Amino acid sequence: MAKTRVIEIDPLTRVEGHGKVTIHLDENNNVDEARLHIVEFRGFERFILGRLYWEVPVIVQRLCGICPVSHHLAASKAMDMIVGADTLTPTAEKMRRLMHYGQIMQSNVLHFFHLSSPDLLFGFGDDVGKRNIFGVIQENPELAMKGIRMRKFGQQVIEATAGKRIHGTSAVPGGINKNLSIAERDKLLQDVDQMIVWAQEAENIARDYTHEHLPHVSKFAAFNSNHMSLVRGDGALDLYHGRLRAIDAGGNIIFDQVDYRDFNDYLMEEVRSWSYMKFPFIKRRGPLDGWYRVGPLSRMNTAGFIDTPLADEAHQAFRQLTNGLPNQMSLAYHWARMIEVLHCVEKIKSLLHDQDLQGEELLVRGERREEGIGVIEAPRGTLFHHYRVDENDQVTFCNLIVSTTNNNEAMNRAISRVAKEHLSGQPKITEPMLNQIEVVVRAYDPCLSCATHALGQMPLVVEVYDAEGTVVDRKSS
Amino acid sequence: MAEKFTFSLDGQEITAEPGQSIMKAADAAGVYIPRLCDTEGLKPQGSCRVCVVKMNGRTVAACTQPARADAIVESETPEIMGYRRDLVRMLFHEGNHLCPICEASGRCELQAMAYRLGITQSTKYPYLQPVRPVDASHPDIVLDTNRCILCGRCIRASRDIDGKNVFEYVGRGVHKKVGVNGDSLADTDVSIDDRAINLETCPVGCIIQKGRGFFTPIGERQFDLAPIGSNGKGRKA
Ligand code: SF4
Ligand code: SF4
Ligand code: FES
Repeated sequence: MAKTRVIEIDPLTRVEGHGKVTIHLDENNNVDEARLHIVEFRGFERFILGRLYWEVPVIVQRLCGICPVSHHLAASKAMDMIVGADTLTPTAEKMRRLMHYGQIMQSNVLHFFHLSSPDLLFGFGDDVGKRNIFGVIQENPELAMKGIRMRKFGQQVIEATAGKRIHGTSAVPGGINKNLSIAERDKLLQDVDQMIVWAQEAENIARDYTHEHLPHVSKFAAFNSNHMSLVRGDGALDLYHGRLRAIDAGGNIIFDQVDYRDFNDYLMEEVRSWSYMKFPFIKRRGPLDGWYRVGPLSRMNTAGFIDTPLADEAHQAFRQLTNGLPNQMSLAYHWARMIEVLHCVEKIKSLLHDQDLQGEELLVRGERREEGIGVIEAPRGTLFHHYRVDENDQVTFCNLIVSTTNNNEAMNRAISRVAKEHLSGQPKITEPMLNQIEVVVRAYDPCLSCATHALGQMPLVVEVYDAEGTVVDRKSS
Repeated sequence: MAEKFTFSLDGQEITAEPGQSIMKAADAAGVYIPRLCDTEGLKPQGSCRVCVVKMNGRTVAACTQPARADAIVESETPEIMGYRRDLVRMLFHEGNHLCPICEASGRCELQAMAYRLGITQSTKYPYLQPVRPVDASHPDIVLDTNRCILCGRCIRASRDIDGKNVFEYVGRGVHKKVGVNGDSLADTDVSIDDRAINLETCPVGCIIQKGRGFFTPIGERQFDLAPIGSNGKGRKA
């Protein structure tokens, strides 16, 4: 079979991000607030207007260089609604799930091994020169190799299900355009048991790190917040589909089993003049108390249990750390991420043994609708896609709430806390402070790091503004 | 009937009938000459110039130039390949071609031609990035002229085979584009069964049949299976 190539034509391949943090001081040079600025892609929502609805799952993948599959699937779910496909065929649903588990696995593994493992292995105080992926490869070649192989496995799952490692086209409105061939299945089955072993090892590293450094982890950028995610009907973790659940800092339910198609009744987005990125909050609680976190940490907090045995065991240990109350530690995102990797590999294994994946029924159609909403748990958290499509099949409205946007307020608060610890009274950016801001931004893994994953570095610019709004210090990493 | 004769194409002896174009004669012999505006079943138009060859030292369009006895024709020389590359590149610059998000990817002749000619990167020249509205007014068919290469295949198919004249050129020079005979597609008597709408007619992703995009998985699309020109004709009839 001829190898598939794609001609990359500029305009849409340029989407990449870089981070800028501004810290704003009051008259006494104390930190008033910190803002993470992300060059976002609102332009995309305009680009989509007028396009044909079946193109959208393919177009939106260009939004993000690191979790294109999440956008592909969220948009496909929205377009399922447009074509009236309320229940997909088992083959279509399971192929998409398999693709999604492959994606979360590879994304979380990449984040852990390439971006965070240096922080975890060497500590924050260690030599900056060593604290990167090359340092890890040098000191722990075996671990680094496992990270690379695990990521590759996730990519192979994506390739087998989506048609390509990046920017596949297999999820189409109403289903999927291919099943999993026996050859594709058997190739993946060869490695899956090894992956489970390594996923357990990685989860252990993250767990042990959390326990050993608890005094630091439980304080560093730890703060109370609400948490939100999709969960399954029985409260289990479900990364592909489910209903919305939000809990408060005490673990009390704010809402539960909300049909995500009604998300606009529960969530609102606040606009702030300085940011393209909006600030979502839970309507009922208002903007001051209604902001929330999403992503691996939140999912560990909202889920009652995990439906795969090894990950469930890890989840119980995770919950025990905070006596069953929501875990509020930013650095616990790392452990949560690795529990999810374990869950994904377990899921992948069980799906590979499921003969539905070789089924031939790929597509369903129902009554055409004009509005489509698709929600998925992306690697970084809940991802909302909302569209309207006119009778000519053209998109007339598009609103996306990406995971990073959901975590917007939380990230600003996290950075604020770090800045406060370092800056009180002295408007100078020190090297440790710069490091720690990076560490905290990295814990949330905002999309801005997508452009930088390959090098294991995050270009971050930090600026300090005095009460008059003048820049008094500026440093970049 | 007049006598058959032979000519040389890149050193190979090709048999032709009087009046037969170089392209037709080459096709009959199983030798592929790149092309975009020409396709089986439609009258040649000679407009894209991708089929450029040298006949006795003079550049001609192989799809319209009748073959001549004892002519020496060059096709796959570095010089001619260079012309073809430039022509194809210009088509990418003139329209809005975002292959990764285009449902014609994998069955598009322009894209396949670019691969055949070894064009895998964009050039330093600016893209014109025209803004052309999509006509999705018809229940079954979309016309997205952002990807049109003005090959005229739809025009000829509609006029000569469907007998309808649904498509036509409008404007001149750089403003030339394909329009429809009415306010919009819905306003014409076009039908999904027309030859002009057949997926083989439009070489690119300009004429689209609604709701079928991306149904063929990557790896099974026409040019995934066999690069353009590998069946001697460039597109299965
Ligand atoms: S029409 Fe062809 S060349 Fe143009 S974007 Fe589509 S696949 Fe690419
Ligand atoms: S619409 Fe298609 S067939 Fe018609 S001129 Fe344009 S590219 Fe050629
Ligand atoms: S194919 Fe001959 S000019 Fe277009």
